[in-house]
Amino acid sequence: MTENDNLHVEPSYLTDTGKRKGITAWLTTTDHKRIGLLYLWSIMVFFIVGAILGETMRTELFKPGQQFYGPQTYNAIFTLHGLIMIFLIVIPGLTVVFGNFVMPIMIGANDVAFPRLNLFAWYLYLLGAAVVVISQFTGNGPPDTGWTFYAPYSTQTHTNVIAAVSGAFILGFSSILTGINFIVTIHRLRAPGMSFFKMPLLPWAVYATAWVQVLATPVIGITLLMIIAERVFHIGFFDPALGGDPVLYQHLFWIYSHPAVYIMILPAMGVITEIIPTFCQKQIYGYKAIAISSLAIAGVGSLVWGHHMFTSGMSKEAMWIFSLLTFLVAVPSAIKVFNWVATMYKGAIDLKPPLLYAIAFIFLFSIGGLTGLVQGALATNIQVHDTSFVVAHFHYIIFGGTGFAFLGAVHYWYPKMFGRMYNFRVANIAWCFLFIGFNLLYFPQFIIGVEGMPRRYFDYLPQFTTAQQISTIGGYILGIGFIILIINLFRKNGAKATANPWGGRTLEWRLASPPPMENFSTQPSAPDNPYDYE
Amino acid sequence: MNKILIRIKKSELEMISMDHIEMQRDDIGAKLGMWIFIFTEILLFGGLFLVYAVMRHRYSADFHQASLQLNSFIGALNTVVLLISSMTVAMSISAVQKKDKRMATILLCITLLCAVIFLVDKYFEWGHKISILLYPGTELMQSLKHGYILFFSLYFFMTGLHMLHLIIGAIVLLVALVKVRMGLINEDHYVLLENGGLYWHLVDLIWIFLFPLLYLVT
Repeated sequence: MTENDNLHVEPSYLTDTGKRKGITAWLTTTDHKRIGLLYLWSIMVFFIVGAILGETMRTELFKPGQQFYGPQTYNAIFTLHGLIMIFLIVIPGLTVVFGNFVMPIMIGANDVAFPRLNLFAWYLYLLGAAVVVISQFTGNGPPDTGWTFYAPYSTQTHTNVIAAVSGAFILGFSSILTGINFIVTIHRLRAPGMSFFKMPLLPWAVYATAWVQVLATPVIGITLLMIIAERVFHIGFFDPALGGDPVLYQHLFWIYSHPAVYIMILPAMGVITEIIPTFCQKQIYGYKAIAISSLAIAGVGSLVWGHHMFTSGMSKEAMWIFSLLTFLVAVPSAIKVFNWVATMYKGAIDLKPPLLYAIAFIFLFSIGGLTGLVQGALATNIQVHDTSFVVAHFHYIIFGGTGFAFLGAVHYWYPKMFGRMYNFRVANIAWCFLFIGFNLLYFPQFIIGVEGMPRRYFDYLPQFTTAQQISTIGGYILGIGFIILIINLFRKNGAKATANPWGGRTLEWRLASPPPMENFSTQPSAPDNPYDYE
Repeated sequence: MNKILIRIKKSELEMISMDHIEMQRDDIGAKLGMWIFIFTEILLFGGLFLVYAVMRHRYSADFHQASLQLNSFIGALNTVVLLISSMTVAMSISAVQKKDKRMATILLCITLLCAVIFLVDKYFEWGHKISILLYPGTELMQSLKHGYILFFSLYFFMTGLHMLHLIIGAIVLLVALVKVRMGLINEDHYVLLENGGLYWHLVDLIWIFLFPLLYLVT
């Protein structure tokens, strides 16, 4: 087989073979695998910052009353926590790390359509991040508006809103360029014989995500520019004193920010769809349903933004239409869950760490999704809107969903990326800490949310104390889990990885671990069935 | 078989002894990428059009009145100028395809001249408004009726953002003009000019929507 050519002494992509060496080689690379790793390290650093911010919030909330810092600081901290986690971690996250590293190989390509644009997008990402960080230390202090920047407060507060939204604008540009790159890559660079319906499902997920990135992000871009124009020029779009309407801001903001959550979850679902067949050694159940449901989620998900605003004074007609569409968009997600479980049924299940994360994903994402319906229903929405029920819901979906999928993807493709295995026992222990810690952290927040605990409050009534304390302890257990996980993966003293340690069927498992700089020396022919298990 | 991937500038092609040279070029992909970028630009302006739609619905009479402050003649002139420039840039692509470097240069120069004319007109329009203190943030503006304030805010924001895109488009076409002169854009390799022309058509199209919505609200 021609694939054997790659298993010879060709140097891997981790070795510098060009004119430049070391850091310079990495900072000027246009290789999609290296760029994927550049993003991985950046995301890791920012995640640690965002996680520490979260832990300080949990510590402050351990008891009612002020422990370490007051409300102004708390507001600034949850704003920055949200900005980092959303714009720097989960929106780019899986797309830029694994979309970059794995997707081109899966479609039989040697790189993305625009490799230099790819590197440029990473630099924009860093620039946007830098501007967000700078916004913390300049002007009149870090923004305290929440990551949602609602008008009129965001247009009037003296804190450093302009810098923060400028950073978000630049990050949006990075997202758009990556989206364009991936759409063209998937259209133009598939191996001969690989029609869309012979593509593995991770490229399908990345494709749907890329369309959302490209179509939704410009709307937040212009909205952020309006915030700046409001602050500097008093244009009045959102200011009732000048004839404007603050609810208009909410509409414009959520027209992007709801599709944004599909940017977060679609690649995660793609990863799960790759992991499960491999560790059940079984054909994915319902390939076409999963492929089309990705597009359906992207499409219908662009129509539900009003469900963030049910209490803003919308008409009854608007409310029930948004509610209906919100219920509809749950259907394609549920289809995926059924297909994953059906794939596992009568499969040869091998409970390695990636599958543990995939199973945790299914459980946590289901809880998150079902509690989303509680909010999507109009009557119950009134009860839980702006409470910690919402906080628990989105952490289950984004953290329990995308986050766990990210960790699963790391554990799945680690041997491919770095050429080494890792310790399974320690990885499983880390998983236990993460799973238990996560549920202790967030489940109580559903309960006190329904009982009336507001979100974004640095203080609370005494009756919520027990739940808050369980939550904080859960947060610490979660933190320990991350420390164990990171140490385990950084140790790099595992056995050398073979090309295909898991028995996967997609094209990346035919390349050496780690792969050479040029993926395929001869163009591969597309397999008829991307999940060709006996 | 030794395969080497390199990018060669056609004007710098030398005789090199290799088994096989592969040029990595995908014009269709490049155009597809440009089209998708165009969609993002349309959605960027779309947010402003949404605000316009909402505010005009709320303050229809005020929008009508405020629009009379704008000079429809200059607006119409600008529209014609941009339409001509779209025509000339499209013609320049045909000229390149026909290996007529001189004609391509002339047509691109006319396109850029049209851009300059547009900017000069805008300078006079904006200059006049600024000189009578009719722009966002002034005391005069804030003393007007709500519908007027919003109309002028939209006017400055939308035409300002459009002007920014016009300048970007002109720069891209200037680069294309230089490359045409240098022979880097030629009958075999002109996707940069096509993409630049496409972007220019977008700039024109946005203005074609802005003009009636801002100048002809009667």
